[in-house]
Amino acid sequence: MMWSKHSSGIIVFVTLFFSVLGIEVMAESGRLKPVTPDYKLSFPVDFGAHDDFRIEWWYITGWLETEDKKPLGFQVTFFRYATDQNHDNPSRFAAKYLIIAHLALSDPAVSKLMHAEKSAREGFGLAYAKPGNTEVRLDDWTLVREENGRYQVDMQANDFGLQLSFTPTQTVMLQDQKGFSRKGPKPEQASYYYSEPQLSVTGRILRHNKPVVVNGSAWLDHEWSTAYLDSDADGWDWVGANLNDGSALMAFQIRSKNGEKIWGYAAIRDVSGNMTFFEPDQIEFTPIRTWRSPQTDAIYPVAMRIRTGDIEWVLTPLFDDQELDSRQSTAAVYWEGAVKLTKDNMPAGHGYLELTGYVKPLAL
Amino acid sequence: MNLTALYRWLLLGEWRAHWIQVMVALIAIAVGVAMAFSIHLINTAAFNEFSAASKSLSGQSDLQVHGRKALFDEALYPLLANHDGVALANPVLELDVAVPGKLQNRNDYKLKIIGIDTFRAMQIAPDLLGLPEEGKTLDRFASDTIFLSPAAMEWLRVKQDDSLQLHAGLEAITLRVAGGLVRARAGQRIAVMDIGAAQWRFQQLGVLSRIELKLQDGVNHAAFKARLMEELGESYVVTEQLDQEKRIANMSRAYRVNLNMLALVALFTGTFLVFSTQALSVIRRRHQFALLRVLGVTRQQLLRQVAVEGMILGILGSLSGLVLGYTVAELAIQFLGGDLGSNFFPGVKPSIHFDPLIALLFLGVGIVVTLMGSIIPALEAARAKPASALRSGSEDTAMAKLSAPWFAIGCLAVALLFTQLPPVFELPVFGYLAISLLLIGGIALMPHFTAWFFSVFLTYMPKKHRNTVLILALARLANAPNQAAIALGGILASFSLMVAMAIMVTSFRISIDNWLGQVLPADLYVRIVTSGDQGGFEPAAQQAIVAQPGFTRIDFFRVQQLLWDPDRPEITLFARPVDRADPRNTLPMTDDMLAPGSIPDGVMPVWISEAIVDLYGYRVGDKITLPIAKTASEFLVAGVWRDYGRQFGAIQMLLSDYQKLTGDLRINTAAMWLKNGVTMEQAVDVLRQLPFGSALEISRASDLRALSLEIFDRSFAVTYLLEIIAVVIGLLGVAASFSAQTLARVKEFGMLRHIGVLRRQILALLAAEGGFLTSLGILLGFILGWGISLILVFIVNPQSFHWTMQLYLPWRWLFAIAVILLISAALTALLSGRSAVSNQVIRAVREDW
Repeated sequence: MMWSKHSSGIIVFVTLFFSVLGIEVMAESGRLKPVTPDYKLSFPVDFGAHDDFRIEWWYITGWLETEDKKPLGFQVTFFRYATDQNHDNPSRFAAKYLIIAHLALSDPAVSKLMHAEKSAREGFGLAYAKPGNTEVRLDDWTLVREENGRYQVDMQANDFGLQLSFTPTQTVMLQDQKGFSRKGPKPEQASYYYSEPQLSVTGRILRHNKPVVVNGSAWLDHEWSTAYLDSDADGWDWVGANLNDGSALMAFQIRSKNGEKIWGYAAIRDVSGNMTFFEPDQIEFTPIRTWRSPQTDAIYPVAMRIRTGDIEWVLTPLFDDQELDSRQSTAAVYWEGAVKLTKDNMPAGHGYLELTGYVKPLAL
Repeated sequence: MNLTALYRWLLLGEWRAHWIQVMVALIAIAVGVAMAFSIHLINTAAFNEFSAASKSLSGQSDLQVHGRKALFDEALYPLLANHDGVALANPVLELDVAVPGKLQNRNDYKLKIIGIDTFRAMQIAPDLLGLPEEGKTLDRFASDTIFLSPAAMEWLRVKQDDSLQLHAGLEAITLRVAGGLVRARAGQRIAVMDIGAAQWRFQQLGVLSRIELKLQDGVNHAAFKARLMEELGESYVVTEQLDQEKRIANMSRAYRVNLNMLALVALFTGTFLVFSTQALSVIRRRHQFALLRVLGVTRQQLLRQVAVEGMILGILGSLSGLVLGYTVAELAIQFLGGDLGSNFFPGVKPSIHFDPLIALLFLGVGIVVTLMGSIIPALEAARAKPASALRSGSEDTAMAKLSAPWFAIGCLAVALLFTQLPPVFELPVFGYLAISLLLIGGIALMPHFTAWFFSVFLTYMPKKHRNTVLILALARLANAPNQAAIALGGILASFSLMVAMAIMVTSFRISIDNWLGQVLPADLYVRIVTSGDQGGFEPAAQQAIVAQPGFTRIDFFRVQQLLWDPDRPEITLFARPVDRADPRNTLPMTDDMLAPGSIPDGVMPVWISEAIVDLYGYRVGDKITLPIAKTASEFLVAGVWRDYGRQFGAIQMLLSDYQKLTGDLRINTAAMWLKNGVTMEQAVDVLRQLPFGSALEISRASDLRALSLEIFDRSFAVTYLLEIIAVVIGLLGVAASFSAQTLARVKEFGMLRHIGVLRRQILALLAAEGGFLTSLGILLGFILGWGISLILVFIVNPQSFHWTMQLYLPWRWLFAIAVILLISAALTALLSGRSAVSNQVIRAVREDW
């Protein structure tokens, strides 16, 4: 559901994204916990929500194929955000937590990203992120992890939507230091972070409210944190890809306001589960081709060369215009697109590239 | 000879010679049009602004769900949000919170606070979102923030980041002004808070005011509404935007229509003055016209001449009326507000919208009305046979045709018939028609009545009182009644309207004063400076009040609004102790009630206001179902009481019944009677000592009474204004018709001088004529006015506002106005006579032959 034009101010998402884009996240209140390296992730509890942390998200991207072999990309994200307010407010409406969700579909037939977003305060069983296992709801948008580990997503926007099942084919991939993922030079700039790559996808998408049967492979991230980014950080480039040989690649760099790399991280897990980690200085993101958004005038490096140690990956977008422009509602603008990966000019896999911080937030 | 030149010459000559009369006619028509136009402009502006403002609060919802009472359980919200066919459910908690420091404005001390869930509201009423400072988005969800519209900021004298003190029940709370709103209408005084914060801070946990729904595409609204109403049952009301507009329109309709009627009355008076000016001017020029006819001017040409005169008068007068009306409307809105001080449209700042089409319409009305005033004399002038018209003394016979008695009597008869008819669409249409027919009939009957009255007077006057001047004056009035009647008509029209309005307002005011005495029997009234409807005194606070020394009796009231019929404004429900055996001891009952002591045991009685009888059709002895508790309960209508406070209806029930049914033990008001020897000050001190003393609003019955009367006077300010204007028009009319007549009678005076009547005596004759005529006008005006006031008091008021009142006559005021009229009429007659009897005796007489 789209927000109307007049709702210029819903800047919750901005706050949220500011925390991503480098505005210093509010000082810890004592109620919200910091992310520390000594915590050991345990499942299934950590599949669920962590109310003691400011921000948390479940993020699924993937490549789909219709029955007539046409490719499609999709992105689904559910955020939980602690307002850190109203603790003593007994009202059932007290806005303690907000739930925000994004849905995007990249269809080369349209050559434009279709996207929708929703927000609500947690409460009344209409919006929630439950602890214990992944179970997030925002009105009629749901993300549920079943006992057997399969995820079900059901999201319907005005004229498109999806109903997909995600079945794990591999174990959970704990990022960085067993799920303690550093995001900057300071030790508190970190999140808890695990991924589930190589999810096998079945289900259907709705284009103009007509169902289309699809299958494919997807990537899930679940990340939660309280303080996140360096105050100097301006944006990030991130990629997560399911490689053709069954291995998984994740890499990101955090850029400063003058474009330098503040932090970087990359990991490759092979089919047998062996992880290879790369230090920040072993990682390099180099633009190959840029695309200027006609809507926002932002210039995105939509084709990238990424070096992780000795390996060079070339990322090519499914199509250029995969910008998610919601300035009229959340003021968040980023590029989140399906990309093909090649290594040594050979197809290597499919993934999603996320580019944030390329547009100055508009003063509203 | 060039005919056009002739017409111009005739017209200008006439106007130059009688510019005073022309001016009076112009002013009369201008004032009439201005009055009607400005009232229309003000009403339209205020009403449009008020509905727009109300609409802006509810945004673009398809349906709204309300409780019958002001608030309902929030558990309905998730049910509706998950309901099939619902795309979006937007919960709203709307509170009218008293602002400490504004309480001296009894009608205007509340701030409307709207508690919203930003995420829901942004899709349905995006204008209502708060605008926090950059980077402080979370202020929208905070429990200590409030967002204010510009008008609210100005009213409260705060700006962003200031703190704002408000009362919630018995506690004071402090909120931070976090910013403005995305959009508010000019003058719209509203505040927005997070719904969770509003529930908590204003002690309204668990309740909502309404839920606005957006339906999914393709869902049939009417069918969905019907289904939902059935599912939700009696305790809830589902409305569409249209219902809401209807309710808003219903709220002020009677007020608007009545004001428009007053304006039309002014226009009508104006028409009459135009008629009398034109008629006199035509009569005066009978010789002139006859001569023109003899010289070959056709009837049509003559008719056209008079019609063009009227047309020009109409256009000039109406145009200046439009300008005047627009100016008056602008000034009135600026200084009195859009509701002209009557508080029908609170909290809006309307601006006049100039609609050329409407202006054209009023211009047309003004011209038509003037033409109507000119056309009858014009017809007469054209029809007159030149030979007889050339002869002197034919003026009066000319007028006779204008006043056929059957016409007058017909008017009066139909007027009488109309007083017996019921309202149309709840408006006293026939009442107003009866008033205008009474006026027309009364005026048309005047010539005959004047002639009859003065000949009778002349015949039966004792011989010893007879003198020349007196006899001449009476003979003139008795035998040439038509011209006299026209002068009289002006006095009659304005004086009778004045009398009618004065009697109505006085009756109303005295009735209200008496009523206030009955409804405010206690010495002190204590309320909580709080959110109005939502009760305030919990049982503990009630006990603390009861425990105070110094009072012989304390009554608790639970007062709230109840949405009984979604198309109509809310009714007021009073739950309070009532003397069940004889409610007259508690309530201002009408005679319509069950015999004292005849209410059977085990039956819950209610006493309904007259408006409930009129609007909802209940009668004494009926069973009535009120949706106040979870299940609707049945009551017996035990009587009808008089209520001037709430024109949309009010019901009184026993507090004990109410508490038994609802379990709601909170009350809003305590009425307290002092013990002998305890002063007001001591009692107030005692109450202020209570732990929640500072949150109490303590009013003395006498202050409340004075305040209510002050509000009454303010809301009738417009009426007073209209009365003054009617007086002025009336006097202008008197002056105009007298000076016109005396000038027309130059020949007669010349003749009188010739046969030896002294100049002094002629002046005395004129004064006597003026005096007699005005006396008769006043007498008849009084009778006519009294008749009209009966219609106003017993038909128009009950039919439009649903209250009855006793008739009271403001003798002193009427007498004063009568004397003023009498003196000014005699003086005018005298003054205009002076020029007529100046030195042109010879010439005047010669002219006649």
